Amino acid sequence: MAEAIVITSGKGGVGKTTTTANLGTALALMGKKVCLMDTDIGLRNLDVVMGLENRIIYDIIDVSLKKCKLKQALIKDKRFDYLYLLPAAQTSDKNDLTPEAMIEMISELKKEFDYIIIDCPAGIEQGYKNAVAGADHAIVITTPEKSSVRDADRIIGLLEQEEIEPPKLVVNRIRNHMMKTGDMMTIDEIVQVLAIDLLGIVADDDEVIKASNHGEPIAFQPKTKASISYRNIARRILGESVPLQSFSEEKGMFTKVKKFLGLRD
Amino acid sequence: MIGKNQYVTIKGTRDGLTLYLDDSCSFDTLLKELDKALSYDELDVVESLVRINVQLGNRLLHSDQEDQLRQLIRQKNKLVIQDIESNVILKEDALRWKEESEIQVLTKTVRSGQVIEVTGDLLLIGDVNPGGTVKATGNIFIMGSLQGIAHAGMKGNVSAVIMASYMNPVQLRISDLYSRSPDYETEGVYMECGYIDDSNKIIIDRLQVVAKKRPELNGFERSVLNG
Repeated sequence: MAEAIVITSGKGGVGKTTTTANLGTALALMGKKVCLMDTDIGLRNLDVVMGLENRIIYDIIDVSLKKCKLKQALIKDKRFDYLYLLPAAQTSDKNDLTPEAMIEMISELKKEFDYIIIDCPAGIEQGYKNAVAGADHAIVITTPEKSSVRDADRIIGLLEQEEIEPPKLVVNRIRNHMMKTGDMMTIDEIVQVLAIDLLGIVADDDEVIKASNHGEPIAFQPKTKASISYRNIARRILGESVPLQSFSEEKGMFTKVKKFLGLRD
Repeated sequence: MIGKNQYVTIKGTRDGLTLYLDDSCSFDTLLKELDKALSYDELDVVESLVRINVQLGNRLLHSDQEDQLRQLIRQKNKLVIQDIESNVILKEDALRWKEESEIQVLTKTVRSGQVIEVTGDLLLIGDVNPGGTVKATGNIFIMGSLQGIAHAGMKGNVSAVIMASYMNPVQLRISDLYSRSPDYETEGVYMECGYIDDSNKIIIDRLQVVAKKRPELNGFERSVLNG
């Protein structure tokens, strides 16, 4: 049974597109057929992050206006066969797409793919409504910043009004040292406020920016922390139970032993 | 004996006079009878003002009828209407009354941008997140943390209170007063209650204090009496 998952956040710049690219990649690496859908019409990015910009001929608006077939607009990933991208249009605006058109496209895509991952634009206007229209699940991305959590809260409230399963939370861009010093909200605090299930946490990692600038999602690199985080999230989506990563690995052996013995560090 | 006719009965009590007006006759007949009954000379003998309570029985008066009645009684010197009471009220009034005296129970998280508005008291089982707002014409009780805005007594009830298991609001509003959180970050307090004190300011105090400050919170009748 195919699933359509929308990645949303309310606030801009928290990592929706990066998460979409990496979750899609991670799911595809696990052998699932995945289609990424960029609904950020006018400000498309997903193709750039995926490094597929040069292959775009038709886009989502062309499909919705029936200027081309859905299959013509789909771009196969250059690295492997299981991953496809339906790019957004750059010259139209968000009102050119309708929720009805989205539902139609998604139901057609569901015949071909296991997972359809929808990259939602920032904001709560038409673009958001389009992105959410055909989704079965929602993943809300937030960073440990107050403004971002506030917007996530708003989005969760709006998602609760949709006919959609309760959204799951991903906390992105975690800076462990700031959480320790109390300068950033902790994961517990965020989860307590938002009161939804935590799907995963991703550390703030320079490698992520580097990789997406190269048009190569970090999930391809097996060893970085962020890559493991995204893969873990993908495994949780597939139903596995994977414990949350600990970001305090730089602790010395001595503290680990102390912890093991039940002493406080 | 003053009220000897059949539709109007006058009884004297310690607090003044009580007029019992029959509810089976027409209003015009009643007014005529009342005019007659009140025109007795004996009333003029009384020196101080006489307070009048009017009992309408099972009769419902329109506002213009009530005006007529008040005017008629006022014409008589030394009579002051204290109260007009009826056994019956309009269905819509009764429903409104019921609504205002009820406690609405809600189980949800009030998230950023959401506004919950209820008539009567609100019992929220869940949190009010930063950016969320709850409003009630009566009191607000929150079993959860209040981190947004709460507005109790929004139609002017100054004795309304706001209680929360964890109180760290952005703003508290009661009636037309408001208080805001300080500009520095605060930790919030557990089991506290906000109300308007004698200096006409909203203050936050321990939950236990409210029993003394607002004894009328006890029991169901409080709201009906206030209503």
